[in-house]
Amino acid sequence: MCGIVGLFLKDPKLEPHLGEMLADMLITMTDRGPDSAGIAVYGRPRKGRAKLTVQSANPGADFDGLDRDLKKEIGGKVGIEVKDTHAVLEVDEDRLEVARDVVRTLRPGLKLMSAGEGIEIYKEVGLPKDVAARFEIARMSGTHGIGHTRMATESAVTTMGAHPFSTGPDQCLVHNGSLSNHNAVRRTLKRAGMTFETENDTEVAAAYLSHKIADGAGLGQAMEGTLQDLDGFFTFVVGTRNGFGVVRDPIACKPAVMAETDQYVAFGSEYRAMVGLPGIETARVWEPEPATVYFWER
Amino acid sequence: MLHTATAELTAADREGVKVFDLTAHGLRALNQALHDFRRNPTNETVWEIVNTKGAHAIAVGVDAPLDITVRGTTGYYCAGMNKQATIRIDGSAGPGTAENMMSGTVIVEGDASQYAGATGRGGLLVIKGNASSRCGISMKGIDIVVHGNIGHMSAFMAQSGSLVVLGDAGEALGDSLYEARIYVRGQVKSLGADCIEKEMRPEHYEHLEALLRRGLADGKARPEEFRRYGSARKLYTFNIDNASSY
Repeated sequence: MCGIVGLFLKDPKLEPHLGEMLADMLITMTDRGPDSAGIAVYGRPRKGRAKLTVQSANPGADFDGLDRDLKKEIGGKVGIEVKDTHAVLEVDEDRLEVARDVVRTLRPGLKLMSAGEGIEIYKEVGLPKDVAARFEIARMSGTHGIGHTRMATESAVTTMGAHPFSTGPDQCLVHNGSLSNHNAVRRTLKRAGMTFETENDTEVAAAYLSHKIADGAGLGQAMEGTLQDLDGFFTFVVGTRNGFGVVRDPIACKPAVMAETDQYVAFGSEYRAMVGLPGIETARVWEPEPATVYFWER
Repeated sequence: MLHTATAELTAADREGVKVFDLTAHGLRALNQALHDFRRNPTNETVWEIVNTKGAHAIAVGVDAPLDITVRGTTGYYCAGMNKQATIRIDGSAGPGTAENMMSGTVIVEGDASQYAGATGRGGLLVIKGNASSRCGISMKGIDIVVHGNIGHMSAFMAQSGSLVVLGDAGEALGDSLYEARIYVRGQVKSLGADCIEKEMRPEHYEHLEALLRRGLADGKARPEEFRRYGSARKLYTFNIDNASSY
């Protein structure tokens, strides 16, 4: 099982409602996986600024004074917005890399959810409705986003085992299915310098794409590679700073429905997820073909 | 406001039609009402189900000669295990539509997702759009007429019944086929193990003509345009030369 949703907006008028639409879509998919839920939201980047989203098991202690401590280390302007167990740190764009390393030294208990110009990832154990409420997803605006509700198979039910997985700047991936060669691929990627936070199969798929993209591949090219190099069952939905992609393995037994109008491209594990979207009655609705890469970039 | 007014209009019973609002009354109430008909038949034999919103298991297990129209797209297993009823989906259908149908007719006006008509034992399934992968998988007597294309692994291990495809078929058509008959008008991407093309003889043209008529496709295609596929009968029949492999 597992439920996936995704929404890529073409019409800027819908951007203030992205979080609300995406949260509704994910909540509809609750019965496909009750273990944990997560959402990645891509906001409009602010010029010269970048964001780190971090998670803590002790948010009170970890987030207290974190912006001040970080500023002391990296300089520039540092902002912080705390949402429950997560905090979004805003730093100067050219300080993002160093901020990522410094944060871990300053607060060793922190887990990094995402880093980039537009991306914020929120994920926790629990039902989509609770996760969406804790992080006030419905109030977020943005250009695109993806969500996942998990029925765990390949690794433990923990915050870090929840999707989306982010393994590169402004990149994230959600997965329905299970990979059978993830240990071998993980070893190869580790030798190539990629690092891993979990034993999870999906993290390997995310890192695979990040590695390809770092090597210069475009989103479509990187996704084509999954069809050659990843073995197992998968429907992936992928986000980048300006892109949104979908690919299913050649057997394609993990369900997928897409809808497109002049205003958006939407993805759902089931059509049900999309019934609340504006103009869905007249949208072009189709099932993505097996072993076929679909992607949109702005 | 306009939206609300329309919804109220459609939800009101029209003459001779029992309109059921699925969002308002829920799935359990719907299927219970349809099942009750078997023991307590009434004059309300024409049903229209509205506000479906992709819900699962709509009109599953019906066992009465009802005429049911489902307005909008459905989720998993719509019209599953149907007996006797005519069920029309005025939209696209989710995975497992008309799965294990026993008799009656199911018509999908749009596309159908994976494993439409799977394990069906009888009746007729008509899909006016395309059907996705595994259409008619393990079919056991159902007749399926698809006006568009079908996906990969369709009619896998099909045992009896007929699958008619006016468009193209995906990879591994009829893999490990038993005795079902397959007619395809367009291209077949590949045939599965033990599925071969067979000669169209007069009885097959006759059989196909009747299927096209019943499948509401007689105006769209002629029997001469189709090729027939069936089992080579080498995989499922015992062959003494293969004894060491069993």
